[in-house]
Amino acid sequence: MTLQRLIESTRAPQHVWVRRCLYALLAINLWDNVPVWVDKSQAHTGLEHVPTFWSVFGFLGCILLIILSKAFGHAGIMKREDYYDE
Amino acid sequence: MSEFWLHPALILILGGLLLPLVPERARRVWLLAIPILAFVRILSLQPGTYGEVRFLDWTLVFGRVDRLSNVFGYIMTLMAILGTLYGLHVRDTSQHVASLTYVAGSLGVIHAGDYLTLFLFWELMALSSVFLIWSRRTAASTAAGYRYLLVHMAGGVALLAGIVLHCRSTGNWSFVGLNVQELSVASYLILIGFILNAAVPPLHAWLPDAYAEGTFNGSVFLCAFTTKTAVYALCRGFAGMEILVPLGVIMALYGVVYAVLENDCRRLLAYHIISQVGYMVAGVGLGTEMAINGACAHAFAHILYKGLLFMGCGAVLHMTGKSKFTELGGLYERMPLTFLFTLIGGLSISAFPLFSGFVSKSMIVQAGFEEHRNWTAFLLMLASVGTFLHTGLKVPYFIWFGKRHCSEETFARAAEPPWNMKVAMGVASALCIFIGCYTPYLYDRLPYPVDYHPYTAYHISETLQLLIATALGFYLLIKKLEPEPTISLDLDWFYRRGGQAFLWLARRPVQIFDAWLGEIYRTLGLASLMACARRIGHWDNRLIDGFVDGLAATVGAAGRRLRVLQRGSLQESLAVSFGVCVALVLGCLAVYHSLAR
Repeated sequence: MTLQRLIESTRAPQHVWVRRCLYALLAINLWDNVPVWVDKSQAHTGLEHVPTFWSVFGFLGCILLIILSKAFGHAGIMKREDYYDE
Repeated sequence: MSEFWLHPALILILGGLLLPLVPERARRVWLLAIPILAFVRILSLQPGTYGEVRFLDWTLVFGRVDRLSNVFGYIMTLMAILGTLYGLHVRDTSQHVASLTYVAGSLGVIHAGDYLTLFLFWELMALSSVFLIWSRRTAASTAAGYRYLLVHMAGGVALLAGIVLHCRSTGNWSFVGLNVQELSVASYLILIGFILNAAVPPLHAWLPDAYAEGTFNGSVFLCAFTTKTAVYALCRGFAGMEILVPLGVIMALYGVVYAVLENDCRRLLAYHIISQVGYMVAGVGLGTEMAINGACAHAFAHILYKGLLFMGCGAVLHMTGKSKFTELGGLYERMPLTFLFTLIGGLSISAFPLFSGFVSKSMIVQAGFEEHRNWTAFLLMLASVGTFLHTGLKVPYFIWFGKRHCSEETFARAAEPPWNMKVAMGVASALCIFIGCYTPYLYDRLPYPVDYHPYTAYHISETLQLLIATALGFYLLIKKLEPEPTISLDLDWFYRRGGQAFLWLARRPVQIFDAWLGEIYRTLGLASLMACARRIGHWDNRLIDGFVDGLAATVGAAGRRLRVLQRGSLQESLAVSFGVCVALVLGCLAVYHSLAR
């Protein structure tokens, strides 16, 4: 199989990728909450002991970064490409 | 002067200077041999102080070798080999000379034992690197190059002022750790010089402005050396300086916020340099052995994966002539290998397990938690989310997948780059994975002994949760991330608009005032001047010329009388002249004697 075909085989619509991510998160969180497998004593703060903490942190962080950055950009930071040529 | 010590920078400088003289056929071999020789020289260096040279009243130290300089010297010469290999087919010799000199500047700074040597090589870096921007030969790159030079010269002046003040007050020119608890004005000026090169906000805008305009291979060098040399200088001089921690966190987040807005892939990567260097700056600010190790390890890993990312995007630019997401898309069919290499770079910078960033970035975060700076550590983790969002997902997606925005012509032109570019990307990719899998390769080179194990189940789980949750957010909000054909205003606005305002001032009010002043001068000043000149001329004619003419007439009349007296006999004239002289001498003697009595 050529590299191109290998890449093509991973392509999928947006909703499929969303589902794949959710399944992966579910699997990792199941693994994360089995004390034999994941030693939570290595956590640095009490918050990290909350189940799915890092998943929620990552998801909310991502959503906030996108929304706030775009809002910041559209508040006057993003300009036409010829802005400095005027 | 100590005995001759072969500086690795000297190999690069001489090799670069001789390059134009090397026959075309042998040029590629020569070009590749130079950084390899420098790398071999770096490997052979033993700890100690070498290359001490007496210059006026100072002792310049060109070769301080220790564990801190070794780790930076090693990765920089390795990157020089990869960067040179990547641009091996480029026929523009000046670019190669500039890149070799630029690397030499970095190595010079890293091995400098005193401030004067450091400053010398610091400026060499700025002066040589600008040619990697100008070599693109577009109006935008020319302007960006001048701005880059202007900002770095300003930083250089601050650094020099700091050095002079520091050395005058302490009498010590050695480049060693400063007292970060009680910083003087001199130390702050030196710090400004360093953090400007590290692109710490608000002194950062030169970086995305310049690196996005460099040549496709020049930016591979640019992304690796200036900021990391500054990180080295901060590690050496300002370890444990408190203010660097918040500054580093601001950098880490600032870069990812701007990366959301960016439409140009290389400018996006440039913003991510700011973000990644933010981790290192925060590590320097924390100042513990773990944090300094983390800063060095992250600089090491960063040079490789950021170089790889710039190589991937540079390959797209080289083959298609485009670097904006709104002009690309769907290229995986045409450039699958380049995609794979760029993806490896993206996973490395995102700290994916088994990739280099995973074993380096986490050291700094761990150091933050160990110092009970939970906010710092959590905000750095948040920046990691942004890093994966943009470099791991946005860049590969909008160049190789997503909607095909490129024209048919661009798509047809897209193809895998020449062999040397592919080999360079392949080696960089292999190193990114090797560092991620075999930690002693990196950890054994760090300044302090490492007691850190990144591959714990907790760390892997934490990282995977963070990254996959980010991917989920990316796919849910992918419409919001669609590229827009815009630029983002940054703090360079002040000097770019300031420059335009200055030109407007010069062209409009200043020119009008100048013309008005000229008219006043012509009507008032010139007229009075002419009247004055006429009066002086009249006085000259009457008085001066009258006196001179009268004197000439008198002399002429005396000459005419004398001519009548002589009859043409030479002997008679000589006898009379002699007699008159004798009479004069005797007369003088008589007067002298009468006065002497």
